Amino acid sequence: MAFSLMAALGIGILAWALAALGLEMFVGFILPLTAFLVFLGGMIWRVTTWARVPVPFSIATTAGQQKSLPWIKPSHIDSPSTKIGVAARMGLEVLLFRSLFRNTAAQTINDEGGPKLVYWSSKWLWVFSLLFHYCFLMVFIRHFRFFLEPVPFFITWAEDLDGLMQIGVPRLYMSGAILLVAALFLLLRRLRDPKLRYISLPADYFPLFLVIGVALSGIMMRYWFKTDIASVKELIMGLVTLSPSIPEGVRGSVGGMFYTHIALVSALLIYLPFSKLAHSAGLLFSPTRNMPTNTREVRHVNPWNPPKKYRTYAEYEDDFRDAMAEAGLPLEKEPAPGLHEETAQ
Amino acid sequence: MAKLPSIQELVQSSLPRFPGATLEGTGWMRTKPAFTPGSYCYPAKLDTMKGLGMPNPHEWAPENEDWNLPQGWEKIIYKALEDRLKKYRSLQLFMDICVRCGACADKCHFFLGTGDPKNMPVLRAELLRSVYRKDFTLAGKLLGKVGGSRALDPEIIKEWFAYFYQCTECRRCSLFCPYGIDTAEITMIARELLHEVGLGIHWIMDPVSNCNRTGNHLGIQPHAFKEIVEFLCEDIEAVTGINITPPFNEKGHEVLFITPSGDVFAEPGIFTFMGYLMLFHEIGLDYTLSTYASEGGNFGLFTSSEMMKKINAKMYAEAERLGSKWILGGECGHMWRVIHQYMDTMNGPTPKHMTTPVSPITGTVFSHAASTKMVHIAEFTADLIKHDKLNLKPERNDDKIVTFHDSCNPARAMGLLEEPREVLRAVCNNFVEMPENTIREQTFCCGSGSGLNTDEIMELRMRAGLPRGNALRYVQQKNGVNTMACICAIDRATLPPLADYWAPGVTVTGLHELVANALVMKGEMPRTMDLRQEDLEYPDDVPEDDDNGDAQGEE
Ligand code: SF4
Ligand code: SF4
Repeated sequence: MAFSLMAALGIGILAWALAALGLEMFVGFILPLTAFLVFLGGMIWRVTTWARVPVPFSIATTAGQQKSLPWIKPSHIDSPSTKIGVAARMGLEVLLFRSLFRNTAAQTINDEGGPKLVYWSSKWLWVFSLLFHYCFLMVFIRHFRFFLEPVPFFITWAEDLDGLMQIGVPRLYMSGAILLVAALFLLLRRLRDPKLRYISLPADYFPLFLVIGVALSGIMMRYWFKTDIASVKELIMGLVTLSPSIPEGVRGSVGGMFYTHIALVSALLIYLPFSKLAHSAGLLFSPTRNMPTNTREVRHVNPWNPPKKYRTYAEYEDDFRDAMAEAGLPLEKEPAPGLHEETAQ
Repeated sequence: MAKLPSIQELVQSSLPRFPGATLEGTGWMRTKPAFTPGSYCYPAKLDTMKGLGMPNPHEWAPENEDWNLPQGWEKIIYKALEDRLKKYRSLQLFMDICVRCGACADKCHFFLGTGDPKNMPVLRAELLRSVYRKDFTLAGKLLGKVGGSRALDPEIIKEWFAYFYQCTECRRCSLFCPYGIDTAEITMIARELLHEVGLGIHWIMDPVSNCNRTGNHLGIQPHAFKEIVEFLCEDIEAVTGINITPPFNEKGHEVLFITPSGDVFAEPGIFTFMGYLMLFHEIGLDYTLSTYASEGGNFGLFTSSEMMKKINAKMYAEAERLGSKWILGGECGHMWRVIHQYMDTMNGPTPKHMTTPVSPITGTVFSHAASTKMVHIAEFTADLIKHDKLNLKPERNDDKIVTFHDSCNPARAMGLLEEPREVLRAVCNNFVEMPENTIREQTFCCGSGSGLNTDEIMELRMRAGLPRGNALRYVQQKNGVNTMACICAIDRATLPPLADYWAPGVTVTGLHELVANALVMKGEMPRTMDLRQEDLEYPDDVPEDDDNGDAQGEE
């Protein structure tokens, strides 16, 4: 964990330092551009790696009643036998984290009947994961303000919605704050639950620290280290149009927090395709979720299906013919009379 | 067998422990499994492995320091893993996308029953994933342990053997994982890797070898198979007065019936088997049994996809030879995973003369089995009952307060949830569900699936059966449940010791045993005994002046 924290902090501080040393061009232009390209290329590489591997068997996890007899109501979504059902199942997984919603927590208790294992519904992980991802999305959408000129109406809407609470000046965007809280929850959860602490790798902490860093630096820029928005927009538009410029308002250490922010986002982008964060795209490929359950109705084809090799009936009968004849079992070939008795001796 | 701890002791020692915990999340890499008697399954016999043509067969013992791994075993594992990464998207994806959110952790009965963190599905998968990272990812290569990767060494192979044989491939974890990561899939592939270096367990490889030769796991030869079934028919006659002579290996029947061989071999499975025969006789089904395809189960599923295919191939081959139009399958869990999700892909398309199954009694078209042409007996019987084709006296089962154990595979790989319940409700009047987190798609394993139903690991099995036993005990205490029905041959072998331990006094029965108890057959004598030849608490009225008593004595 310490390693991950140092790594994330290091990236932030380094960016600040580099900018202060006059390397704004590197941190503000070359880095984000590279990050974007790496992200794009990486994601394509990742997704094609998965897509290239065949799916030999149809192995859906059925989470509800199958479609069988006409009067038994099948579970169209949890045990989907049609493409529409599969789409609905995937939709619920992607948009509402359906499987995580099932989560329970097991606990051992003691009562009059002796020791017992009980299961509680446990939805915190689901709640905070949803908040985390949706706030991330909201923050992402809001940032399009910097990439688009004129700013499209839906971004203004998103901002209005996000700032609905009307707290503070400038308005507090809930998404940023909740994102931070949710990320902290996920971090604390890893540290506090012994099961999770036991399995959490630096690779699990690192992205959390990155996100916390991104959210924190973003919020700080907005409220404390007020950064000149017009300059930021100018820089980013320069980035988008590939005509680099470092405007006055974000030169040197004045824009330190901004560069920290940019560097952390870049790190996240670069890290994403090569790490577990690729789960975002991976979910779509998951054969236990994206396959129909009509496996007895429609044959699934395995592209590498090996040839059949098995012990044939003929071999079997050859092995047991005499005994089978004696037991009165029907045979394909009658036993040769006498022959077997001779060889048996 | 070693003495089992008391329930109190067992539950106490099932609380999670986290040896060697560190903040880097790799502390577990320093812990080693202990191979003490009772903690591991016996290795497969050298001859069995050789006979099946398994790679690198050799002598070895779990308790030995050196497992005699073959020359260049690292290379073998590496190659085998690489090969499977190219063949299975599931594996490649599941290696890449786990976020270690822990949602799966306390969903596994092995973790709940042992408290061993390596039994958390996520960590079970990390046992392989850490090796994958080292060899197949850039970050793993660059960062080493910080990146959660580690290089193969013989200790890792031992660890795999310990923990991939503490997973019953039940897929409960996959239900709760937000990305559908199925640790069973990883276990299956890890076991394939272990088989590549010659490591297998006796309880799996022996049935596989038997099944290959004799047609069934138990190695019952054709004539003996017929004889056993005929014995069971005598028992049926003793209970009902009806003489049944089931056809064997006969050509030209509409239906080929295949069930796990456990059902003809041992109690209480045999009572279920008797139930099938009585039902078929009563409705006049045109069917045959086969001694060649006398095994519905498929321990190949627990060995390798190749072995699964090889064993399963006999079903269609036999249907083709006998000219059966469709196949009816008995009650079994893993058998039905193979049939529902693998058979058609592996050994289909079906022989040309086979047709979409239609119930000859009700005319119901089983269009959901249009391609595999194989119907589950619970579907078949539920349909008969719905169409009122059976004369049932559920009162005969009135002494029983029944609960139903969903087997993992029919529940999470088929979605066969309502059919057996419809049947149960029709054949017994007292049906009680276990708590909702332990049934249907959330069902808990019997604790001994996937070839782990071997006696040398009885304590482990009782531990893995903790969630199931706990739920059973709960309804026993609360509702007076005294019978647990199931639709799985492995369950029928594994649940009785589980019930004896966790909820003594609960009897385990197959679904069709209850059906046959309630079934009023044409021309039968009034029943005074159930299929186990125990006196019925609520016997049929025996009409006075009846000579049924003599009929029973004849023969
Ligand atoms: S629930 Fe899925 S993603 Fe989460 S730790 Fe388990 S396997 Fe990994
Ligand atoms: S498949 Fe079942 S036994 Fe295996 S890890 Fe998952 S929950 Fe545990």
